Amino acid sequence: MEVGERTIPLAKSVARNTLLARVRSYLAPIPLMGWLFGALVAVVLEQTVGLPLALVEQTVGLPLALALGLTGIPGLFGLRIMLTRPALIPSAAAYVLLVYALPTLVVARLSAPLANRLARKLLDRFPLMVSLMVHLALFYATVHLWGGISAYRILFLRFIFISIILTLSLNLVNGYMGEFSCSHPGFMALGAYGASVLTVLLFVNDDVFGAPLLPPALGPFLFPLALIGGGLLAALGALVVAIPSFRTRGDYLAIISLAFMFIVKSVIENLEIIGGPRGFMNQPKWADLPTVFAWTAVCVWTIYNFTRSTIGKAMCAVRDDETAAAAMTINTRRTKMATFLFAAFWAGVAGGLFAHVIGYINPGTFGVYKLSEVLAMVYLGGLNSVVGSIAGALGIQVLIEVLRPLELWKWIAIPVLLIVLMIRRPTGLFAFTEVNIKDLLQPRQTLRRSSVQVPGEER
Amino acid sequence: MPLLQVRNMTHFFGGLRAVHNYDLEIELGQVRGLIGPNGAGKTTIFNLITGIYQPTEGEVVFNGQNLVGLQPYQIAAMGVCRTFQTLRLWRHMTVLDHVKLAHYSKIHYGLLGAFFGTGQRYREEAEIEEMAYNLLEMVGIRRVAEQVVINLPYGVQRRVEMARALASEPQLLLLDEPTAGMNPEEMVEMMNVIRQIRDELGLAIFLIEHRMKVVMDLCDTIQTLDFGEVIAEGTPEEIRSNPRVIDAYLGKEGIA
Repeated sequence: MEVGERTIPLAKSVARNTLLARVRSYLAPIPLMGWLFGALVAVVLEQTVGLPLALVEQTVGLPLALALGLTGIPGLFGLRIMLTRPALIPSAAAYVLLVYALPTLVVARLSAPLANRLARKLLDRFPLMVSLMVHLALFYATVHLWGGISAYRILFLRFIFISIILTLSLNLVNGYMGEFSCSHPGFMALGAYGASVLTVLLFVNDDVFGAPLLPPALGPFLFPLALIGGGLLAALGALVVAIPSFRTRGDYLAIISLAFMFIVKSVIENLEIIGGPRGFMNQPKWADLPTVFAWTAVCVWTIYNFTRSTIGKAMCAVRDDETAAAAMTINTRRTKMATFLFAAFWAGVAGGLFAHVIGYINPGTFGVYKLSEVLAMVYLGGLNSVVGSIAGALGIQVLIEVLRPLELWKWIAIPVLLIVLMIRRPTGLFAFTEVNIKDLLQPRQTLRRSSVQVPGEER
Repeated sequence: MPLLQVRNMTHFFGGLRAVHNYDLEIELGQVRGLIGPNGAGKTTIFNLITGIYQPTEGEVVFNGQNLVGLQPYQIAAMGVCRTFQTLRLWRHMTVLDHVKLAHYSKIHYGLLGAFFGTGQRYREEAEIEEMAYNLLEMVGIRRVAEQVVINLPYGVQRRVEMARALASEPQLLLLDEPTAGMNPEEMVEMMNVIRQIRDELGLAIFLIEHRMKVVMDLCDTIQTLDFGEVIAEGTPEEIRSNPRVIDAYLGKEGIA
C-alpha cells in the first residue's frame, strides 16, 4: 500500500519532468537570434507591414481582437484590462497566444537552423560587436513595430528604458559597491534640469531664456551633447556627496545622499528662473523611441563592460573587504569615487531623457516617491546583476501599469507584492547572476542533447 | 642596503604603547619569524609596515624609499604584500577574480577602457588572466579557479589568500599566521608552499606564527616580542634555549 501511495506522485513528477525535458529539448536548438526572428514576425503580424499607422483598423491585429470580443488591440498583452474587465481575460489570453506566442514559437523553431548558421557566421567572421549590433537591430525592429501600434505603447517603452538606465546605475552603487545611496532622484533632477536648460537656451524661443542661440535645426544633432552635459552636472553633484561620505564606510553615504536629494529638490523649488515649484516646460520632445533605446543600449553596454573588467571588479572587492582590497594594491578611494560618479552620470542622462520625453518637469517628480520606485526596481531585480536590473525595471514598470486601475490601492498592493517576493526570494530575482553576452549570442547545438544549455542558467 | 629597514619604530594607541623601539632588517631570500604571546604587538607591526597604521615615531624604508605616510595601496604596489590572520577574502568573488584583482596597480587601460572595452583592455585582461592561471597552478588550486571562494574548504581558502598576495608581485611578503586553524596535513602543505615561494621567487618573507614547528623549520632568524619590545633575536636554536623567551612566551616547561 505504501509503495502504491508513493509511486503515484513519483510517476506524476516523472511525467512532468519528461514533459519539461521534451519542451526544453524542443526549444534548445533555438538561438537568441531565432527568438528575435519569431518576435519580429509576431509584431509584423500584429501590424501588417507597410500599412501606415492611419490604416491601423485594417490590420490583422484589430479584426482578430474584435472577433475575440476585445474592444481594441490590447495595449500591454491584455495585462491592463485584467482588473477593469476581468471577463475579457480569456479573450486577451487567446489574443496573446494567437498573435504573439504561437507565431513566435513556430517561426523561432522553423528558423532555428538558419538562425544558428547566421549566428555562427557572425561570431566567427566578425568581432563580437557586429553580432551584437545585428541582434540589437533585430530587437529594436521588434520593439519599434510593437510600439508603433499606439502612442501609449511608445510612451510606456520609453519609460521602461529610462527606468533600466536608472536601475542599472543605482545597482552599481547599492549592489556592486555595497553602499546605500538615496540620491538618485537628485542626480536625475540635476540631469533633467541641466539638459533642459541647455536645449531650451540654445534651441527654443522661450519666455525666460529668450530667442534660441543656435539654429533649432541643429538641435536633434546636438541633443546628445545636452544629455551628456546633464549627466556631467549630475556627476558634479555626486562629487559633492562623495567627498565627505567616502572617507569611511558605513551609513554616512545613506544619510548624506538622502539629504542631498532634498537639497536638490528645494534648491530647484526656489530657483525662479527655471520655474521654481511650478516646473520647467518647453523642452523639445527629442527623446523619441530610437534615441532612448540607443542611450539605453550604450548605458547597458558600458556598465556591463565596467562590471566585468578588473578595474570594475575592484568595487566588489571594496564591498566585500576594503582592508584586503587596499592591501592588494587597489586604490579604494578612487574606485569608490569613479563608480559613484559614473552611476550619477547615467542617472543624469536618464533625467535628461525623461525631461525630453514629456516636455515638462517639476521638482515634485524627483522626490521620495521616485526614490522608492528605483529602490524597488533594484531590489526586485537583484543586486549585482545587469540582467536583474533590467528585469526589475521592467517588472515594477509593468506592475505599476497593471495595477493602475486600483488607483490609491496600488500603493498598498505593490509593497505587499514586494514583501511577498522578499520572503520567497530574499535576494531578488537574479542577484549575483552574470550573463556573458558572448554566450547569449552563441548558436545552439542542434543534435546532442547533453549540451543543452538554457541561457542565463550558467550559474 | 637591506630590502626593508625599520628603525626605532614606536606606536601608541592613545596612552597605550603597543610597539616600542622596534628595529628590523630583512634581505631578499630571507625568511624571518616574529613570535610572541597574544597581544604582544605582532600584528600591529605588520599594520605599521603596510600603512594601515601610521607609526608615532621611527621610519620604515623599503628599497630606499620611506613608506611612512603612504597609503596601504601605494605600499602594496611598491612590493610589500601581506596576508591576514583572519581570512579576508572577497566572499562573492571567484578564485580567479581574487588573483586577477591583485594586478590592479599594473593595469593601464584606465576607466575609459573599462567602460568601452577597448582592444588594449582585452589584451591586458588576457595577459593578467594567463599570469593568474600560472600562479594558481603553482599554488595548486587551478582546478577551483572558477569557484566562488566562500564554497571552498578552509585550507584552500588559505592558499587563495597566498596566491592573491603573490599576484601583486611583492618583493617582501608578510604572512600573518599562515597556518592558523589548519589541520596537520594542511600545515605541512602550507609549509611546502612557503618554501617553494622562497626558493622559486626569491622573495623576502616575514612571518608571524604561533606553531613552533613552523617557525623553527622555516625561519632563518626569529624575533621574540613581548609587550611591544623585542626581547630576543637569533637563530631558531638560540631562541629555543633563550631563558627570557621561555619565561615570557613558551612557559616554564620549555618546548617539546
